[in-house]
Amino acid sequence: MTAHMLHIDHLGHRYGVGPPVLADIQLTVPDGQLVTLVGPSGCGKSTLLRCVAGLTRPAEGRVTLDGEPVDRVPDRLGVVFQDYSRSLFPWLTVRDNVSLPLRRQGLGRARRHEEAALMLEQVGLAGTGKQHPWQLSGGMQQRVALARALAARPALLLMDEPFGALDAQTREDLEDLLLRLHREGGLTVLFVTHDIDESVYVGDRVVVLAPGPGHVRADLPVELPPVRDQIATRALPEFTELRAEVGRAVRPAGTATP
Amino acid sequence: MTGGHPATGSTERAAGAGAGAGAGAEAGAGAEAGAGVGVGAGAGVGAGAGAGAGVGAGVGAAPGPGSRRTRTRSLPRTLLLHLGVPVAAVAAWQVAAEAHGSVFFPPPARIVAHAYDLWFSGPARRLFLTDDAVANLLPSIGRVLAGFALAALAGIVLGLLLGRSRTAYALCDPVLQFARAVPPPALVPVSVVFFDLGTSMQLAAIVFSAVWPVLINTADGVRGVEPLRLDVAAVLRMPLAARIRLLYLPSALPRIFAGLRLSLALSLILMVFSELLPGTADGIGFQLVDAQTRSDLLTVWAVLLFLGVLGHLLNTLLLALERLVHTAP
Repeated sequence: MTAHMLHIDHLGHRYGVGPPVLADIQLTVPDGQLVTLVGPSGCGKSTLLRCVAGLTRPAEGRVTLDGEPVDRVPDRLGVVFQDYSRSLFPWLTVRDNVSLPLRRQGLGRARRHEEAALMLEQVGLAGTGKQHPWQLSGGMQQRVALARALAARPALLLMDEPFGALDAQTREDLEDLLLRLHREGGLTVLFVTHDIDESVYVGDRVVVLAPGPGHVRADLPVELPPVRDQIATRALPEFTELRAEVGRAVRPAGTATP
Repeated sequence: MTGGHPATGSTERAAGAGAGAGAGAEAGAGAEAGAGVGVGAGAGVGAGAGAGAGVGAGVGAAPGPGSRRTRTRSLPRTLLLHLGVPVAAVAAWQVAAEAHGSVFFPPPARIVAHAYDLWFSGPARRLFLTDDAVANLLPSIGRVLAGFALAALAGIVLGLLLGRSRTAYALCDPVLQFARAVPPPALVPVSVVFFDLGTSMQLAAIVFSAVWPVLINTADGVRGVEPLRLDVAAVLRMPLAARIRLLYLPSALPRIFAGLRLSLALSLILMVFSELLPGTADGIGFQLVDAQTRSDLLTVWAVLLFLGVLGHLLNTLLLALERLVHTAP
């Protein structure tokens, strides 16, 4: 049996006495896979991610990571949020932000800075360590947030619409950066997005979540070459076919509002 | 009036305060002290009534730290903007006082000369301080600094504790609202009961009054920490000490300093007020009452001048400290 990094078992959730937001979610992510989770807003994507991160305790079902039940924030977890400017600490330098996960390991200052420099180099930000986040562009700030998540040497990387607030060019650069890190580092990633194109381009596998209450509507493998190119890959017939299939699953015929 | 310059006191206001330096002063300048964060002459003079109103009005307002102004103005223009009105006011005061010739309103030049003779004409090896300065100014400065430091420390620590716990905050909120609504000088008789007359009572009076603005502002600042950053701290499993040092304190810093500015003003007020009480043997407040009973108006005025300068100086130091620790935009 192959290692199943992340296992979500009959997970359901509701906030207080409100209507259920997630119902009977069943999902397994094997080691080293990049799974994109796509769906319209309000389908419970972010809630699912919070349950996996141990930030929200699900009302029903359970999440296991490497066989361990997730009942609090697990070890070796990286999370990248959409809102980079509010997720970074503006009063700390870039390298102090990146080395935040290392504080718990009791590493000395010099070692932390060394490690931070290494992570910044990985995300293409070598030499920016002494600046403050607000001195950088939006795309660079999200790279800092990614470097911070990687500094924890995560077994699982969670990304909550990480590129949603960026302009098209920057977003493509960051998609390619993520793909390279995933390919070279064997990262296991759960990537939440509402962008159908992005879910297909980035993913090894696309999971479509539908609202009311959130449930898995489709689970589609992406059969595209592992090394992808923004222009060539998007022009492939397999890409357009899959994109259409995901699109139909996200917006079934008859539900689209004119 | 923000951080009143020692010399900005217009003749009118100064006259009101001077007429009855002992008791009458409390009413005159109180309203002004309550209006803002002012630590200048107004706060010093309004030893009595300004305190309570000051806390109430100021706690809600959390002015951001030094707004970044573009420095495009030329130096002479800047100097004129900052010093024009004070210089003109002092000049007008000088001319008016000389023309009037009243013993109650000596011209500012004589007040400054008297202050110099009284306190700053001592030997060089004692930093030019006279015996009188050592006997009265230094104990007062010591009390205000020690009281303010204790209040700041206690306020920040307790504010952190309260701000982090929703339950604790909900439980303590009514008490806090009550404590800050009581005009601080009214608490002084209470500290007289608990402590012997003298420095310990005076310190207690300062701390009990000045602790509330820091405490309430720190707690509010901690409660206002960006929720996403709390998630980040949880995901990174930051230890509590790191969370306090790297997340809660920096987030709350603008509010903490807003509280500190109010507390500093209160510390000065309470320092003077506690020294006005019978049984006090030294201090600037003691000197004020003493001079008033001897009808030594020149000393009364010199004390007011000194309090204004001291308040302004301390406020400036606090602002400088705030700029120093503030790195985020």
